[in-house]
Amino acid sequence: MSHNFQDQDQYLQPESPSAVPIVVGQTSRLPRRTVIKWFVAVAASLKLGDAQVFGAEPGPGEPVITANGYGKDPLLNHTHNPGDLWPLTLSPTQRAAAIALADVILPADNLGPAASQLRCVDFVDEWVSAPYPAQLRDRGIVLPGLDWLDAESGRRFANVFAGLTLSQQQAICDDICFQARAADELQAAARFFSRFRSLAAAAYYATPEGWDAIGYVGNQPSLTYDGPPEAVLAHLGVEQTVA
Amino acid sequence: MPMIRAEDATKDYDVIIVGSGAGGGQMAFTLTLAGIKCLMLEAGRGYDPVAETPMFQRRDQAPLLGNSTPDKEFGFLDATVDGGWQMPAEPYTQASDKPEQQFWWWRARMMGGRTNHWGRISLRNGPYDFKPKSRDGLGLDWPVDYEDVEPYYTKVEQLIGVYGSNEGLENTPNSPDGVLQPPPKARAGELLAQKHGKTLGIPIIPIHRAVLTQTLDADRLPAVLFPGNAWAQKIVGDSMRARAACFWATPCGRGCSTGANYQSTTVHLPPALATGNLDIVANAHVREVLVGNNGKARGVLFVDKTTGQDVQVNANAVVLAASSGETVRIMLNSKSTLFPDGIANGSGLVGKYIMDTVGTSLQGQIPALENLPPYNEDGAGGSHFYAPWWLYQQAQALGFPRGYHIEMGATRGMPGGGNPLPDDLGNGAYGSRYKQEARRYYGSFMGFACRGEMIPNDNCFAELDNNVSDTWGIPVLKWHWQWAEHEQRMCDHAELTFRELIETMGGTVRSVTNGRNRIEPGGKIIHEVGGAIMGTAAATSVCNGYNQTWEVPNLFLVDGTPFPSNADKNPTLTIMALAWRAGDYLVDQSRRGLL
Repeated sequence: MSHNFQDQDQYLQPESPSAVPIVVGQTSRLPRRTVIKWFVAVAASLKLGDAQVFGAEPGPGEPVITANGYGKDPLLNHTHNPGDLWPLTLSPTQRAAAIALADVILPADNLGPAASQLRCVDFVDEWVSAPYPAQLRDRGIVLPGLDWLDAESGRRFANVFAGLTLSQQQAICDDICFQARAADELQAAARFFSRFRSLAAAAYYATPEGWDAIGYVGNQPSLTYDGPPEAVLAHLGVEQTVA
Repeated sequence: MPMIRAEDATKDYDVIIVGSGAGGGQMAFTLTLAGIKCLMLEAGRGYDPVAETPMFQRRDQAPLLGNSTPDKEFGFLDATVDGGWQMPAEPYTQASDKPEQQFWWWRARMMGGRTNHWGRISLRNGPYDFKPKSRDGLGLDWPVDYEDVEPYYTKVEQLIGVYGSNEGLENTPNSPDGVLQPPPKARAGELLAQKHGKTLGIPIIPIHRAVLTQTLDADRLPAVLFPGNAWAQKIVGDSMRARAACFWATPCGRGCSTGANYQSTTVHLPPALATGNLDIVANAHVREVLVGNNGKARGVLFVDKTTGQDVQVNANAVVLAASSGETVRIMLNSKSTLFPDGIANGSGLVGKYIMDTVGTSLQGQIPALENLPPYNEDGAGGSHFYAPWWLYQQAQALGFPRGYHIEMGATRGMPGGGNPLPDDLGNGAYGSRYKQEARRYYGSFMGFACRGEMIPNDNCFAELDNNVSDTWGIPVLKWHWQWAEHEQRMCDHAELTFRELIETMGGTVRSVTNGRNRIEPGGKIIHEVGGAIMGTAAATSVCNGYNQTWEVPNLFLVDGTPFPSNADKNPTLTIMALAWRAGDYLVDQSRRGLL
């Protein structure tokens, strides 16, 4: 067979994950219990239920991924949801930071709803909880990155990321949104931001709302294939060459 | 799809067919419609494309957004089940630790084999492709000419349905008038590439793919294919009527439950079963071909994977269509006093001259394609256009002897699963600006891929690894691989060509050009052919021009193994054409008592 570009195109595949883990700056890192305390403090204002707040403190270490993959003969013709095939492992604290960050990256606007409305963090969680090598590498970037985000929010604004105002969140994001411009000491955080943005966008544009947002029109049966409309042909200065 | 249990395959069959993909499916079709009683053995499980194909599934309905994993190497929704480059129960080994000297062996352990997920690109080999050595002194000639195979190309195209156009280009054969289905309209990026390719002398034309753009003419074609045979006409006509035309959605690589594209499970096997002359056993992992005292094949020994028991089945002839690597493995494992080095291997050539397609690719970003108004560009679930090799007359000056065709992909396909906005283009964007930029760049990326001819060499072969066995105790294959300078130079040329094309389109190359490092590993393009080549003499080949082994007259090889060369053209159509021809020959020889 020939590889199908539409499925194999590099832009439809995850970027090559970096093998370099996030190094959390010792000076900015706050004890986890401090972060959790802030989280609890802001939880009420975020209207998060207690169940999501308490129990947020993870055990002595992050959950170890022990699940199997879906195997070489999974049920293809079926709707799978995150959590169906292996447990989701983001802690409530990490989840709150992830939801907030995804919404900063993909907010509600004229192009569509916010990431949180499209379950994007469920997919990120499924991804970083998966038992495959590429996803385990990303786990080593995303989880420390989310922890760093709360620690940095605490250092700058004495709050967790999810509790910051949008402009406070943007102040942090502005420093890490582009690796080529990020300060040396923020390179690891910028790598995390890049990877997280990729994952959240991958999830966002996999939904019908995301299709609308990006301008994809398809996956619909039709009797004819009409090709690009006249306006597109004129814009490109080409003519349809197939009758 | 009806199957029988291994223990019920007890009757005396005329022919045993090992493998249910393109070669095996075609052989079953040809033989059963000629009244021959056949048993088909498939190493994988039964598979029903009507019930199992995830046609309209979105990426957000698939685990990990459908991305590749070690379990599903082409992504979750790819139609390959129980297969891939790595299968724990069926390992293979490499003779070298060096990655560039290793072979990636793709297997599809399922009814229909690789035909369920392939790209459906269906190009005829041209006259040059059958006589490469005569043209440039390299490699091996085929014992058949284009004219020998041409009628079968036509028959296969009429049966499976192939869209495309006749352009009359050098060594790019036309089909007879009325045989090809109309090609789909070009996509925007394809038209842009066509326009600018013209200025560079690169002909970009409709590709040929096995996808129905119209329903087959079931009232006319059966009579063309089976003149004077009302019984065969009815069966084939009914089968043709069961297939729908393409509905212009969903990627072909997931399979096609409506039968709009070709896969063995929807095109070859249903009419073969309808004859009543075909039994199929799934999970039948063949251990060896058995040989009688008269030196002829008398049957096959297989492992029934559902019970782990060995089962023997008998027939008057055996057809191997298991894929090049697997057929080689079965032949080498079929040792007897008459054939101590493997069946039909007196020449010592079984396993030799394995080839793949030369592959490399380059992506570009094309500003002209940015911010286009939304429209449906799904099309026929795969390529609409390509460029056949166009520099036959410049072979001497190019520094590499054979050619490549260019496959291309424009990207207004289903998004999701990856970042649509590369960081360098996004310039750090997040928030609404990110969404605007993602929309701006969506559809503005194009990929160009080299698919080129590899010349067989002595360093590319497979042998048994006597130290490693699979789950059922069968020795596995050990692969040897080495690309030659010809292929490296071809990739150098392809990358320069793609760069020139992208830049002429006003675009920017998105990946580093380095042909030496970017040639895909052997086997990566999944066009493995060779291993039991056809030729004009028993000393220098394994089988004759009818896919019949020289030493065992009732043993036929109808997958890619007999290929003495691997033109840039994708091999599946040629596998089917040769299998149909071999089937007609087998029937004729059988009727004359010569098997």
